[in-house]
Amino acid sequence: MEKVGSVLVVGGGVGGIQASLDLADSGYKVYLIEHRPSIGGGMAQLDKTFPTCDCSLCIESPKLVESSRHPNISVLGYTELLSVDGESGNFIAKIKKKTRHVDINICTGCGACAQKCVVKKIPSEFDEGIGERKAIYIPFSQAVPNKATIDIDHCRIFAQNKICKVCQKACTAGAIDFDLKDEYEDLNVGAILFATGAVPYDPSELKQYLPDHPDVLTAMQYERLMCANGPTIGHVKRFSDGEEPKRIAFIQCVGSRNPKIGIEYCSAVCCNYATKESIITKEHNMDTDISIFYMDYRACGKGFEEFYKRGQDDYGINYVRSRVAEVYESDGNLTIKYEDLAEARVKEEQFDMVILSVGLSQSKETQELITSIGVDLNRFGNVATTIDHPVETNVNGIFVCGTAQGPKDIPETVAQSSGAAGKIGSLLSESRNTLTTKKELPPEKDVLGLEPRIGVFVCHCGINIGGIVDIPGVVEYVKTIPNVVYATEVPYACSDDGNKQIFDKIHELDLSRVVMAACTPRTHEPLFHATCAEAGLNPFLFEFANIREHCSWIHMNEKEKATEKAKEIVRMSIAKARLLEPLGRGEIPVNQKALVIGAGISGMSAALDLAAGGFPVYLVERTGELGGLLKDITSLPNGEDPKQIVGETIKRVEENKLITVYPNSEVSDVSGSVGNFKAKVISPEKEEEIDFGIAIIATGGEAFKPEGYYGYDGKRVITQFELEKIIDKVEANTIVMIQCVGAREEAPRTYCSKICCTEAVKNAIRIKKQKPKTDIFILYKDIRTYGTNEVLYTKAREAGVIFVRYDDERKPVVNEYVDVYDEFIGENIKIKPDLVVLSTPMVPNDDNAEVGKMFKVPLAPTKFFFEAHVKLRPVDFATDGVYLCGLAHGPKPIDECIAQASAAAGRASIPLAAGKVIAEAIVASPDEERCVGCAICEDKCAYLAVTIEDGKAVVNKAMCKGCGTCVTACPTGAMEQLHFKNNQILAQVKHAFAW
Amino acid sequence: MEEEWTPKITLFCCNWCSYAGSDDAGVGRKQQPPSTRTIRVMCSGRTDPGFVLTALMEGSDAVLFTGCHIGDCHYISGNYKAKKRFEMLKEILDEIGLEDERLQLQWISASEGSEFAEYIRKVTEEIKAIGPSPLRQEWMK
Ligand code: FES
Repeated sequence: MEKVGSVLVVGGGVGGIQASLDLADSGYKVYLIEHRPSIGGGMAQLDKTFPTCDCSLCIESPKLVESSRHPNISVLGYTELLSVDGESGNFIAKIKKKTRHVDINICTGCGACAQKCVVKKIPSEFDEGIGERKAIYIPFSQAVPNKATIDIDHCRIFAQNKICKVCQKACTAGAIDFDLKDEYEDLNVGAILFATGAVPYDPSELKQYLPDHPDVLTAMQYERLMCANGPTIGHVKRFSDGEEPKRIAFIQCVGSRNPKIGIEYCSAVCCNYATKESIITKEHNMDTDISIFYMDYRACGKGFEEFYKRGQDDYGINYVRSRVAEVYESDGNLTIKYEDLAEARVKEEQFDMVILSVGLSQSKETQELITSIGVDLNRFGNVATTIDHPVETNVNGIFVCGTAQGPKDIPETVAQSSGAAGKIGSLLSESRNTLTTKKELPPEKDVLGLEPRIGVFVCHCGINIGGIVDIPGVVEYVKTIPNVVYATEVPYACSDDGNKQIFDKIHELDLSRVVMAACTPRTHEPLFHATCAEAGLNPFLFEFANIREHCSWIHMNEKEKATEKAKEIVRMSIAKARLLEPLGRGEIPVNQKALVIGAGISGMSAALDLAAGGFPVYLVERTGELGGLLKDITSLPNGEDPKQIVGETIKRVEENKLITVYPNSEVSDVSGSVGNFKAKVISPEKEEEIDFGIAIIATGGEAFKPEGYYGYDGKRVITQFELEKIIDKVEANTIVMIQCVGAREEAPRTYCSKICCTEAVKNAIRIKKQKPKTDIFILYKDIRTYGTNEVLYTKAREAGVIFVRYDDERKPVVNEYVDVYDEFIGENIKIKPDLVVLSTPMVPNDDNAEVGKMFKVPLAPTKFFFEAHVKLRPVDFATDGVYLCGLAHGPKPIDECIAQASAAAGRASIPLAAGKVIAEAIVASPDEERCVGCAICEDKCAYLAVTIEDGKAVVNKAMCKGCGTCVTACPTGAMEQLHFKNNQILAQVKHAFAW
Repeated sequence: MEEEWTPKITLFCCNWCSYAGSDDAGVGRKQQPPSTRTIRVMCSGRTDPGFVLTALMEGSDAVLFTGCHIGDCHYISGNYKAKKRFEMLKEILDEIGLEDERLQLQWISASEGSEFAEYIRKVTEEIKAIGPSPLRQEWMK
């Protein structure tokens, strides 16, 4: 049976959104459903993200808008999945679109209804209950879809049977209809992706932490409290008395690592978000005292250890290794009673506010939904997957990504999402582009050299603009400006009606420029661009005038001045519009072959995924063998067989006709850019020229050789990695393992290698199983068995493995005896081991720098590669057409490497499948006549897009991102930024103020 | 009643941060004096000294450079370059004796609507205190 070229994505958090965008961009129709009124998930609620303290909504919001505008994504908010029938390639999914009692085709999201609604003080879900909303509401100002929803549990009409039409009267658009009913629909899709996420653990049962006290908040509530769009506009204060807290405590592992409440796992993100929230608090007020009560600090992820260090050194956050017994109230203050683990002593300390670092858990409803469809959950209640298939469920054609699969941070979620999208793309590749729509556009009218004919549309936006600015007055004024051949007012320009009016007038009056005086181009420009293009007008002949955000909304009490300002804003835009030029959005053809560098498990997985999508792959490996590090691993934490995984993968690679393997080879002489790369592949025997459209860097890493550490000799003192190879033959009665050897220290090995604690614990358990009499000591700084690996730590302790903590001031000494201070007994202990095993970090491949230079992609200070964006683009480089995965990106376990490999392949499939990339239109453009070849522009370009050829600047349009920095630097005025040309901006400057 | 004088301030905003921050101020209805006219550029690195001088000569009482916080520039490092350019320009304007307040630089992120509004209020007060720009008056002579 033919596969259906559409996909259902369940869950509109950042994972679901990323997967939807990737799928839609690679030729599939996507239904993105979200049971809440708007998409964005937990990330939209966050103030900042770790470890960069990026503004969370600012980086997520463009993705929200992009998904809602995508011609091939239907964003269905307030919609639930009911059931699934059928099989892989052809499912029928029954969905329920819950009624909002608001017609979303009419609602403009102006918010007038909520302003007028009389039912107040309903705890806002978006603000985690610490803020309020009305009975009709839009969850937050950047909500997508930006539509109002009536909460029938609180609305006077539904909940109290009263007659109330306040919102209906407030809605000038007429969108509110109390009789609207739920709608049901059957979606026919080829695959389903669960991106259902997780929810913050609800601590209400853990009474010992006083969860109901007004000054005890969950970390998510605290996030809302700090956030500028939160209930206090970002002012941190106590709910009990409105005072700013001077001493704040974070209690870690609330709802994690606690078998008593049925949650055995570590939630993997809480240590890092606690540091983030502490740093932000400190940035607001450096005098705030902050203590974080933790058991093991788990900075497992790229840049997290360094972030932890900053928390300690730069911000003076007090990290207290402890176990908290209880929180109690005494004279208005909160006292924490805890066991100080360093001193093995019970202590008490007072605070003004206590934050519970709650873990990630699954909601019952989601679990029930997932199991009702036949998808298995694991013992932790998350969707079950295997190490070699991290995004595939037990049901063919049904996939999973993000925290639905287990606790994880945003970059891991995003990687899994792109990975799942890639896998789905390969699965349905025969049906690619069968259900997607592409608009056929009319030929563009010629405007060059003709006197501009400008049409100006001034939007009332209901009362948002019209209530303040005298719109008829603006229209009359605008009509007096030269070249304006038409000016009119429109009630809602962004409505279908409004767009139709623009379309008609372009035709009727032969308009050659359109100026829209309305809201912000950042959200609405794409819509009007599309309208212009449909009417045969080049979209770059359109100009916005923002008279809402930048005028009516901020001058609400100065109507006259607001009107004057609005006139000037529109005049500035007209001045620029007059000079606008049509821009070509060139297409760059893409060579549909791929290059993958490195044939470890990551590189091989990426190559297989690409080949499954139908793309030929060159797989270059510098050693003589496929399999990388994994072929030397003998067991995996969850009991799966690594030999089988690597063996099967190698076999599949070797049998795949689309993959050409180059062993003992290296890549050199790379040239070109996305779509059209060329390079040489050099081996001792031959040299071959290859051409390809994209490249994936999977150069891997290796285990650090700890020469000079603890008497390392490769015999009695070996590395964890060396132990792996001989583990079945180990003859030792006493073994000491030392963690963090050569890691978490000076640059470049400042990082935590993420996997070593799990490795050590796994190997210890294995030896204990073979020979229960063996004494095993693990000397550690923090046990970082993050996520579900936590159960191994428990298991190891149960098996009798002895854990002894050391710190940097008191490192163990290894001679014939191992001498280490044991804080539990408060004195040094001596162990006589037959074998000492050093857990050393993964280090980057030594030729990363060279590979990086060839592809113009950067390295991080740790010498691992540096991705385009730590949070949202974990497998992309800022340079288009080049991707990364696996250890090349940083230390990580195998399932994560494989998920990243699928992600890189999936992301790379977007240009490969399209066969072309759209070039950026707003690029730099040099005037050869005026260019003197001084090369200042070349120097200023952060993307290496400008070069000097034959004494003249040349811009590589595929590489230019259009920032305009080189233009400003150009001393002769030869360089121009299209659409932001010097004369265009100067025209705005000159028309800014009336005299 | 004599109308209160409103300074004329030309405001350069980068598309990704300060323009978005200004939008955010609007969404939050953060009231500001109607003193500014915004010119959107893709990156603060595009803010050209020529634009600034033109604005001052055409009668702006102040010009503001705004963009993403250092490290946040959408184009990696455009704001570093803007900062350098700003400093250079500052020296020139110092030389001709223009008051410090008339050319300012401020980093504003996309979510800092409140900060944005606060900043505009502050700058407007500052310019009100020193009065209309002497540059334009010079120029008009
Ligand atoms: S994009 Fe904002 S400063 Fe460069």
